[in-house]
This record gives sequence, C-alpha cells and structure tokens, in this order.
Amino acid sequence: MTTETKGLILAGVGGQGVILASMIVADALVRAGHDVKQSEVHGMAQRGGSVFSHIRWGAGVDSPLVGQGTAEVLAAFEWAEAIRSVGYVREGGAVVADLRTIVPPGACQDRRSWRRGYPDVDPELFLGRRVKSRLIDAAATASELGNVRAANSVILGAVAAFLDIERRHWEEAIEAMVPPGTAEVNLAAFRAGSEASDARIPGRAPEPRGYAGPHLIDIRHDWCKGCDICSRVCPEFCLEVDPRGRLEIVDHQACTGCRLCELLCPDFAISVTAPTEQTPKPSEAVTNHG
Amino acid sequence: MSSPAAVSIGTTPTGADRRVLLSGNEAVAQGAVEAGITMAVGYPGTPSTEILESIGDRRDIDVRWSPNEKVALDVALGASLGGARALATMKHVGLNVAADTFMTSAYTGVGAGLVIITADDPGMHSSQNEQDNRAYARMAGVPLLEPSNSAEAREFTRAAFELSEEFDTPVLVRTTTRVSHNRGLVEPGPRGEPPVAGFRADPSKYVMIPGYARARRPVLLERLRRLAEYADSSPFTQEFGSGTDFGVVTSGISHHYVREALPDARILKLGMSYPLPMERIRRFADSVDRLFVVEELDPHLENDLLAAGIAVEGKAFFPQEGELDPDRVRRGFVAAGVLEPGPESEPPPVPMARPPLMCPGCPHTPPFLALKRLGAVVTGDIGCYTLASLEPLAAMDTCVAMGSSIGMAVGMAASGGAGAPVVATIGDSTFLHGGVQGLAEAVYSQADITVLILDNGTTAMTGGQEHPGTGFTLDRTETTPVDLVALCRALGVKDVNVVDPYDLAATYNALEAAMATGGPSVVITNRPCVESPTKVRDRAYEVIADACTACQACMTIGCPSIVWTDEFAEGRRKVRIDTLTCTGCTLCAQICTPLAIVPVPEPVETGHDH
Ligand SMILES: Cc1ncc(C[n+]2csc(CCOP(=O)(O)OP(=O)(O)O)c2C)c(N)n1
Repeated sequence: MTTETKGLILAGVGGQGVILASMIVADALVRAGHDVKQSEVHGMAQRGGSVFSHIRWGAGVDSPLVGQGTAEVLAAFEWAEAIRSVGYVREGGAVVADLRTIVPPGACQDRRSWRRGYPDVDPELFLGRRVKSRLIDAAATASELGNVRAANSVILGAVAAFLDIERRHWEEAIEAMVPPGTAEVNLAAFRAGSEASDARIPGRAPEPRGYAGPHLIDIRHDWCKGCDICSRVCPEFCLEVDPRGRLEIVDHQACTGCRLCELLCPDFAISVTAPTEQTPKPSEAVTNHG
Repeated sequence: MSSPAAVSIGTTPTGADRRVLLSGNEAVAQGAVEAGITMAVGYPGTPSTEILESIGDRRDIDVRWSPNEKVALDVALGASLGGARALATMKHVGLNVAADTFMTSAYTGVGAGLVIITADDPGMHSSQNEQDNRAYARMAGVPLLEPSNSAEAREFTRAAFELSEEFDTPVLVRTTTRVSHNRGLVEPGPRGEPPVAGFRADPSKYVMIPGYARARRPVLLERLRRLAEYADSSPFTQEFGSGTDFGVVTSGISHHYVREALPDARILKLGMSYPLPMERIRRFADSVDRLFVVEELDPHLENDLLAAGIAVEGKAFFPQEGELDPDRVRRGFVAAGVLEPGPESEPPPVPMARPPLMCPGCPHTPPFLALKRLGAVVTGDIGCYTLASLEPLAAMDTCVAMGSSIGMAVGMAASGGAGAPVVATIGDSTFLHGGVQGLAEAVYSQADITVLILDNGTTAMTGGQEHPGTGFTLDRTETTPVDLVALCRALGVKDVNVVDPYDLAATYNALEAAMATGGPSVVITNRPCVESPTKVRDRAYEVIADACTACQACMTIGCPSIVWTDEFAEGRRKVRIDTLTCTGCTLCAQICTPLAIVPVPEPVETGHDH
C-alpha cells in the first residue's frame, strides 16, 4: 500500500445513481484498508443537474476534494459530463466514459440554427490530453446480462480495471450496497465492465438547415374579434391582444412559421406566409411594423 | 464550578477497528445520540437536512420538523429548560429566522445542554447567499465550534453538550457543505442517556424583561471571559507541523486544504473559533516569522487577530468569495511566495450548462406556463418552483428569502409601478414557514394581489420532508394537517380557489379570474409532488412523428422528457418523448394542437381472459 493520497471523480446527471456508485467505491476502498473521504454536493432538486462525487484515499486523507489534474480515474456516467470533468484527470490517468447522452431541454432551445447545444460524441477530445480512455456502452452491456439497471456496475467494473484494488473488496462492497435481490446481476455487470472494450461511436446526425427567416403574419383586423386564442398558443409569443381587444404582432422576428395561429383562428383572420412564398403585398402588418 | 477539563473529545480506543463511513451530517447526529439527547428539532435546508433524517426512526429521541427554524429553536430551548439535552439543526440562512431566540438564549443560558447546528454553504451550492455564520457567534456571545471532518463532527457535537452545560450557554456548531456532505471514517460510541433533569423555575434567568436581562448581560460577558480562558488550553485547539519561517492559523475544512497544499507547515487549528484562544495564538505568532490566516468567506479570524495587534496576512491571498479548495489555497500560498508554482493543467473544454430542472410531470410547471401567458409580475419564493425563473418558462421576477414573495407582492402592487397584475407564488412548506404573516399583511392592507400557493404536499426542494400541512410527522406518524383553505379564509381572504394544476385550462382560468379580483385572492394548486412521498408514474405519452408539425408548443414547457429528434418539418425539429422518464402528466398533450402526443399503447397482456 502506498502512502500517497489518490483521487477519483465520478460525474453524471441527477437521478443516474452517481451517489450510490460512489458509496460503493468508497466502501471498497475502506475494505482494502485505506483512509477514505468521499464528498459530493446534493440536496437540491438535483434531478437533471450535473452531479459530481470526489473520492480520495490513502494512509491519511486531508482534502476531500480532488485537485485539477490529479485524479487517477474519471468515471463519467454521461458523455457531456465526461467532457466537463476531464480536467481532473492526471497525465497518464484514465477516463471511463459511458457513451450515453442525456440532452437537457436547455440544449433544445435555439430556434434559429436548430442546432443542439450538446457536444458530439468525439473520442478525439481526449487524445490531446495524455490520458487513457475507455468509452463504453454500459446500458447495452447490462441489457445483455438481463437488467439495464445494472449499468452502473458495468461502469464500476471498467473503473476497477484502472485501479489497484483487489477484486474481492469490490465484490463485497457491491453485495453490501446494491438493492436486495440484485447482487448477482450487478456482480456479473461488474465483471463484464472490467473486460469491456471500447464501444462503437455513433455516426453524426444530419445538420439542420437553419433559420428560414421570419414568416409573414397577416391579420385581417376586420375579421378578428380579439378572442385571444392565437396569442395563447403561439410558442414564440409573437402575438398579443391589447387592452382594447386588438390583436398585435409584438415580435415579428420570432415567428418560425408553425401556423398554429392560422390553424386555430375561428374567423380565418390570420394567414402565415413563408419568406420564400412571400409576394410583395402591402398588408397592415408590414406597413405598421416594416 | 467544575473544571472545564471535564469536556473531553476523542474516542476511547477499543482495540478493534469499528470505524464506519459517515457523512458529516450523520456524524453530527451520532455525536448528539452519544451525548444523550432526547430532543432533536429543525427545519430542512441544504446542507443540514440529513442530520435529523439519519436519526428519524429512533424511538428514544423525539425527532421533529418544525414549521421554521425560529420555532425549532424555541422548541429546543424549551426542552433544554425542561432538563432534556436538545439539538436544533438548520442551514445558515435558517439562523436568520431563528436569530431572535438565539440572541436572547445567550442571556438565559440553558437547562440541559443546548446545541445549535448551523450548516453554512460557501459557494452557494443550494442557497440564496453565502453568509458566514461565524458572525452570529460573535454577535450573540455564544461559543462556536467548527469541525473539519466527520470524525470531528461527531466528537465536537458530543463535546458541545458538555460545554453547554459546563458554561450554561447554548453552543453553536458550524459545519460547511464540504463537512456536512463529506463521508469519512468515524468510530461511533455508545448511546449516552442522562436523565431529564426537570424544569427549575428561575424568572430572573428565564424571564428576559429589561430588569432581569440587564443582570444577565454581565453574566454573559463574564462567561465569555471564562470561555476564552478555557479556549487557550482546550483540546479543540491543535498544533501541527514544524518550522519557524511561517505559520498558519485556520479552522474547519480550510485546515485540510492547507495540509494538502503544505503537508509539513506549522498550523494552529482552531476547533473553537469563538471566543478565540488569543494567548495561544499570540504564542504561536511569536514563534514564526510570518503568520497567515486561511479561512473561507469573511475575514473573521484575520480581523480579530489584527484587532489584537497580531500581524497577519489572509484575504490578500485567499479569496473572500466562494468555496476554498486545494487548488485555490495552493495558488494563495504561491502568491504569498511560500510555495513554488506547480504545473497548471490545460483547461478542459466546457460543454453546455446543465442546471437542475423541474422534473417531468412537476405540478409546478402548468401554473407558471399560465402566468407567463397572463403577463403577470411574479414575486417568487424559494423551493423547486424557483426553477420557473429559468428558460424556457422564465416566469418569475423575484426570489429573496423564504416567505418574502407575499410581502414583496404587497409592496410591488402598492408602488404603483408594477405595470401588470402582481402574483406571489409560494410553496406549501414555505407558506407555513414564513408566508402566513405576509398574507395577513395582504388582508390587512387589502392589497390587490393574487397569492398562488403551490401545494405539492411536501418540502420537495430539500428532498421531500413532511411539514405541518402534510398530515404526517418526520417518522411518518399521522397527525392533523393544517388546512390551507381554512387558514386563508380565517385570515380574511374571501376569494380562495383550489385548482388541479394538471388541468391547464382550469389553472389559467382560475388565475385569470383571481387576478381580475380586487383585494387579496388566493389560488391553491393541489397535485402531489411526482417524486415524494410516492413516485407518481402514470402511463407515459409518446409522439406520433408523422403527426408532429414541429410547432415547438411542447418545448415551451421545459419538460426534461421532451427532446428534439433528427427529423424536421419545414426546417423545424420534431420532438420525441422519453417514455422511461415521462410521468404521464398530460400537460404536453393538452397543448399539442395537431394531437400528435398520445398515451403509449396499453401493453398487450398475455395469459388473461378479458
Ligand atoms: C430560511 C431557510 N430555511 C430553509 C431553506 C431551504 N429550503 C429552500 S426551499 C425550501 C422549502 C421548499 O418547500 P416548498 O415551499 O413546499 O416548495 P417545493 O420545493 O416543495 O416546491 C427549503 C426548506 C432556505 N432556503 N431558507
């Protein structure tokens, strides 16, 4: 046993079981005779947010936090979180990353470029950093074994391959901490993970063609009775009925041409025209706001 | 007066290694159990919540959630005067709420031991500010202990009860997130069981009218003088390392960061950081050429040392904002010239932010969707629903402190400058914590506001704790729930309506009608949280891709179960629902005009006759 204190980072998304996984790692390290500190931030409605756990072990551990560039291994339960935490890994250390992607709703909001704000799965990212990497598909491996919920044990198995802890300590820790009745499948998943090889990288998605330019919303005010249906449904909040009951276009630029207003108008008072179809027709909307 | 040496810390060695991994919170509870508490009371708040939860099922301790921290401390003080050792737990901002009782409890002193845990949150992992509660110890004149790890969390908490009785004072124990939520090895000891001593009436000590309080003030000051004397020789003060070039005074988690950066440095670690062991510090300062203070947040130690005429350097090198960590402490010592700069690692690429989100099926979502459409000015409050301030809902204009929403709405409406109807939004736990008085003010001033009480039947933000409105106590025993409708009516609100938030149209109409009413009105939503106390999972919904026009109406909800696909309609991305996480709340289906969102087909059952 060395006296030097070592570090490990587990990173994932709230609800993925990162905390339980890190408790298993900490327990295995205690069983192996180390002093251990394990630290995480939780408590808030972290469901859906990034979750990290720091583990340090050795003869006598001071800081519970792993310093940048000092971790033996980063265990990432999700692709973008692997990228977020890779800076913790020391030169020569290892990244174990599950290729699973969890795209947050915030990454699906750009209605101009229609591009996802989520990084492509690209193993090249780690090449420049002088770290070893193992990119796995834990869910697929666990499913083959009969229980997709053992995926985290696959990841732990892959982590164990980079650490010098006897297998029996891992196995005892898993048995002690996984939900009752699931020890067997989790142990099998752990073993499969320790032998896992790199998974196939998925191909790139097609590029969106981008913003089609604002559509033209044409309102026939003599037909409109200000019933408010269109403004209540507009996903881009383009329309508003003013206090006098008159429908106004408050944001010309935001219209993506979904036509909900046109479709739902009981009085056929709205028409939406795509930029390419637009013939120069002097409409009120244009003269008012052009 | 017995000798202060009676206070002991540490564990009696038993030979065998019986150490277990405990979080700082669990260790605090363990220390209190060993001290023989029979009362433990608090209000949830990150990072303090698990202290009470970890002993919630003990039958030999009365473990309770109070409506707020002030009531919790009142209950604990009452129990202490009755002769029972009592623990009160709260997060740092909770002590603001309890401060009124706290300040004067320093005058009354205690019956049996009274220990207050303040769990501070440097870095604001889950808090609205990062106030440094060491200031409260100074302000009240109450001793302050600062454990730096789980083992100390247990030892200091246990010892705090002895200190409390020894000096007849409440004792403040301050943890920080990195102590509360760090697991480390702890050797638990046996349950202690001092008998409940019984109440001894003593009006001159416990009735703080001016005449009596004036007499208690010198007692408080004399007690502080004795505590300072005790601090000089107490086991809470420890020295590490060797050398005379420089020394470091530190406390709490910062101690471990200093040791990490400078393993052999001379360190004076203050386990008790108020009152300060000033003679001990002075001797330490005299023995080194240069003296540093490393402390998280405000320069309390630094200022006290400077005031005592001790030359010291601190905040010039170590930041006052945010959490410290080994890297920040190392950089501070590099800047101070006592450490060589190490290699700086290449900064990693930064992917998109991933903030916490309202859960799929969260009953808080629909009313905010409605409020956004209605164009209300929304004074918000603290809880899961505060996430409605973020895109794409972006439907909350303020969030300051628990309960503030209602009073702020009253002021906003009275200012004449709101420009739109004002709606206060507040969770059920928060309403009972500090919102009721705001509603009394709204009635009193007949304010033109609407109060939306988001009753999800739990304290969801902190992990789903019971509160006086849920009908259950901390150990899930049934009790009488506070009736929110009757309470609002009793306060004098005439217009009180309950609505099912899963019915978006009804929610919209209820809010619209309430906003049009003069004077105060209340709308209460009544769907339970989808995560606690039970997980709500109805039949999931899915998207018929061919029917989806990619209008993006469902994307205005911000539901984590709805994501873009790689299929397009007129250049817009179509959507998909993750049926594993969808709870079947139907909200997206309600706003899907082309009817492309439908329940997943019923699983085909085999082996049954229908
Ligand atoms: C004074 C104070 N005490 C405790 C907290 C921690 N805290 C934040 S929100 C919250 C309660 C949330 O419950 P509720 O109002 O019912 O809303 P929910 O999260 O269930 O939607 C608590 C206890 C705090 N921020 N401030």
